[in-house]
Amino acid sequence: MITTQRSSTGGGGLQSPRSPSSQPPYLSVSVTDPAKMGNGVQAYISYKVITKTNFPEYQGPEKIVIRRYTDFVWLRDRLFEKYKGIFIPPLPEKSTVEKFRFSAEFIEMRRQALDTFVNRIALHHELQQSEDLRTFLQADEQTMERARSQDTGIFKRKPSDLMQIFRDVQSKVSDVVLGKEKPVEETNPEYEKLKRYIFELEDHLAEAQKHAYRLVKRHRELGQSLADFGKAIKLLGACEGDALGTAFSELGAKSEMLSIKLQREAHHLLMNFEEPLKDYVRAVQSIKGTIAERANAFRQQVELAETIKLKEIDLNKFRLTRSEKMSEAEHEYEELKADSEEATKRFETIVRLMNEEIVRFQEQKTQDMGLAFHEFAKGQARLANGIADAWRSLLPKLEALSSS
Amino acid sequence: MMGHENQGFEDAQIYASREEMESLVLDDDDNNNSGNENNPSSRSNGGANGDGIQHQHPLSSALPFAEIPTTDDDDPLLSSSSPQKSPNSFNSFLEPPSYADAVFRSFDGDHGKQINGHGAASTSSPSSSADYLKISVTDPQKEQDLNNSLVPGGNAYMTYLITTWTNLPEFNGTEFSVRRRFKDVVTLSDRLSDSYRGFFIPLRPDKSVVESQVMQKQEFVEQRRMALEKYLRKLAAHPVIRRSEELRLFLQVHGKLPLMKTTDVASRMLDGAAKLPKQLFGESVVSAAVDPNDVSQPAKGGRDLLRIFKELRQSVTNDWGGTKPPVVEEDKEFLEKRKKLQDFEQELSNVSQQAESLVKAQQDIGETLGQLGLAFVKLTKFESEEAMFNSQKVRAADMKNVATSAVKASRLYRELNAQTVRHLDKLHEYLGVMLAVNNAYSDRSNALLTVQTLLSELSTLNARIEKLEAAASKIFGGDRSRVRKIEELKETMRVTDEAKSCAVREYERIKENNKNELERLDKERHDDFFGMLKGFVANQAGYAEKMASVWETVANETSGYAKN
Repeated sequence: MITTQRSSTGGGGLQSPRSPSSQPPYLSVSVTDPAKMGNGVQAYISYKVITKTNFPEYQGPEKIVIRRYTDFVWLRDRLFEKYKGIFIPPLPEKSTVEKFRFSAEFIEMRRQALDTFVNRIALHHELQQSEDLRTFLQADEQTMERARSQDTGIFKRKPSDLMQIFRDVQSKVSDVVLGKEKPVEETNPEYEKLKRYIFELEDHLAEAQKHAYRLVKRHRELGQSLADFGKAIKLLGACEGDALGTAFSELGAKSEMLSIKLQREAHHLLMNFEEPLKDYVRAVQSIKGTIAERANAFRQQVELAETIKLKEIDLNKFRLTRSEKMSEAEHEYEELKADSEEATKRFETIVRLMNEEIVRFQEQKTQDMGLAFHEFAKGQARLANGIADAWRSLLPKLEALSSS
Repeated sequence: MMGHENQGFEDAQIYASREEMESLVLDDDDNNNSGNENNPSSRSNGGANGDGIQHQHPLSSALPFAEIPTTDDDDPLLSSSSPQKSPNSFNSFLEPPSYADAVFRSFDGDHGKQINGHGAASTSSPSSSADYLKISVTDPQKEQDLNNSLVPGGNAYMTYLITTWTNLPEFNGTEFSVRRRFKDVVTLSDRLSDSYRGFFIPLRPDKSVVESQVMQKQEFVEQRRMALEKYLRKLAAHPVIRRSEELRLFLQVHGKLPLMKTTDVASRMLDGAAKLPKQLFGESVVSAAVDPNDVSQPAKGGRDLLRIFKELRQSVTNDWGGTKPPVVEEDKEFLEKRKKLQDFEQELSNVSQQAESLVKAQQDIGETLGQLGLAFVKLTKFESEEAMFNSQKVRAADMKNVATSAVKASRLYRELNAQTVRHLDKLHEYLGVMLAVNNAYSDRSNALLTVQTLLSELSTLNARIEKLEAAASKIFGGDRSRVRKIEELKETMRVTDEAKSCAVREYERIKENNKNELERLDKERHDDFFGMLKGFVANQAGYAEKMASVWETVANETSGYAKN
């Protein structure tokens, strides 16, 4: 399948023309129209997922399905299982605070994150071929629900399992860093470096994101205090009267106006700077999952290799003694060799994929952060200019009033 | 620089994080950063721009760590490679006229203040430009009170060096110093209250109940020193009080302060006891009369206890009695103005509170921007050091841009806030002025009450005399004891009448003072608040423009990433 070349990760895409064959292949998805469903404790948000594509495996140029958050989780888990080595795009977290779950802001943030999630998958040259993705994007609700509830078998990885893996990986990495050699670990220095990088990066990013979130709050607080200040000074103006009173009132009005600008900028900052940073943190955490998978695969490979060695010894023993166990042992030996080859292949695939993924990841993040920085700077400049203009325009009025 | 640097934006925590910012960023850069930041020549550049040393103040006086001009050319955080700073570093900082405006405007208000003290309408009183009365309070020292010590080792107290510079003729000399303790200030304040009834006299700093215990603390002493300085400067700024003898004595006379201490010692409960000395000296015993001269003073504790009681009774009659008192506050204009001022005071208090919140919010946002910048600086370093791919290097460069801009913006917020605090401080100041106004109005009501009380007395006395005369006339040949009583009462009435005239004069005098002060207040208020508003607005605009340019640069440099 020819890969689509696209750098944007946003929703929407090219408009589908009438004849798909003359167009380069595309798959673009948008997650829209959040709607509250159900009541009380059972209530949840559903999203409209609109797929526009000319891929032959897909039905028609456009398809719309209704999905909820757990469906996205299902998709992610399936991809994580099937495409080991690839950095699966991260999902927004489940909300822990009940009250917040249905706030407009939270819903919007989640919608944006889900949209980004699906589009990243759709743009990834391997992931976009996934059958599970097709199911997700096209299956009707019952099929989807069935698929979701079926996942209690070997494919289902509970979040707690993942956490355990993370912890294992973390301890293993720190062991290696501390110089404690554990036999069932890769001794690839470059890979060690990568692992260390990933873990440290997460810390740095988490801190930056924390401050970014605080900055959003600060904007809101400044906006609020400007509003309060404006109101109070207007009252003072009303009480004062005359030129001075008018001056106070004008100042108060300006202050209130700027308060609105600040609230707007706070929202912009949240969606276009803080969220991308959060997304970055999640992506790094996802990579940690892949690191864990690689460690597993490596361990399996090594264990099988050891088992084979032992089996070889046994086999030779049997051969020498011409034991009747020999044929059985030979059989087992052949099986083990096949398994071992598979395990090695699996591991090597992961290594290869990871190498490709890390390049892609770094490039992607430079783009993502570049855009986030741009939006941040643009927003701050816009706000500052707005503030400057507002106050500047007041000065001549004050001048006139003071001399009247 | 008299104490003004202390009025700036002092927050030790900010200072610490700024240090962090400076050191972290400076490490990163190739330029000779420490030279830039701490180079004394950068300071002299500021002074050398031809306008005089003073103009350095808007930056330096606002902040305790003000040696760092936030000039674009000068900023070591800029990625531009020129290591040598431009000789006009300070000028380029002034370049955007709007920003210079903002800074200079706020300075102008201060400049005037530094000469005349607080509260003066510095630009609008042409007569005061020729004479000056400048006061500073420095050098706190501990001294022992050896006379009154009941405790072995003596009572220790603080004295302060009060230095005055003046060309006012009543002072003999242009520069002189005395040492005073806080008790002296209390005495000065009390004497001024007595002598200048009806005036809006600035309020003195609070006494501290636990003074002796906290006296060791540096902070408390410093706070008190600043408060005293502020207070004396306010007195010096008042057109009438600055010429007072009390102030002159306080400022000039060495040794013990030659002003009468406030006495509230003997509380003479019984009317008889109060009259005893007078009887012994053969003065006429006027049983319930008030010494005419005393009525020009408000009733105080001790010997005036009886008078206080009578005035209290009168005020109750005023409020609850059926008849209207003989003289009332008739000046409608005064009543209206007073109501207006009360409303003003209430709203002002509210605004002052909101102003505090605003300042805090500005401080917070600056802080957070700084922390964000720091976090990105660390991230930049990390990505640069660990870079395995070119994309990482590109990202690190972008990040550094944002980081340095965030740090710059953070500094701008800090400076803005320091200026904002100084402007909005006017609000707090006027809350203090309102208290002085209330005192002046109290003087007026007290004086009126005295008049009313005396009028009541007169009418009571008159009634008694008439009754006695009526009774006496019925007895043929007269009633010697009654006649004598009538004579006594007539004498009392005469004295009381004198007292009443005195009281009425005093009341009128206070009314006049109120009126003049109100005019003065209105004018000063107009000037002061307009100055505050203009300064505040110009400041906000100037700094916003600076910040906009910082962020516009980054936005332009990252425009390649923009979605089409």
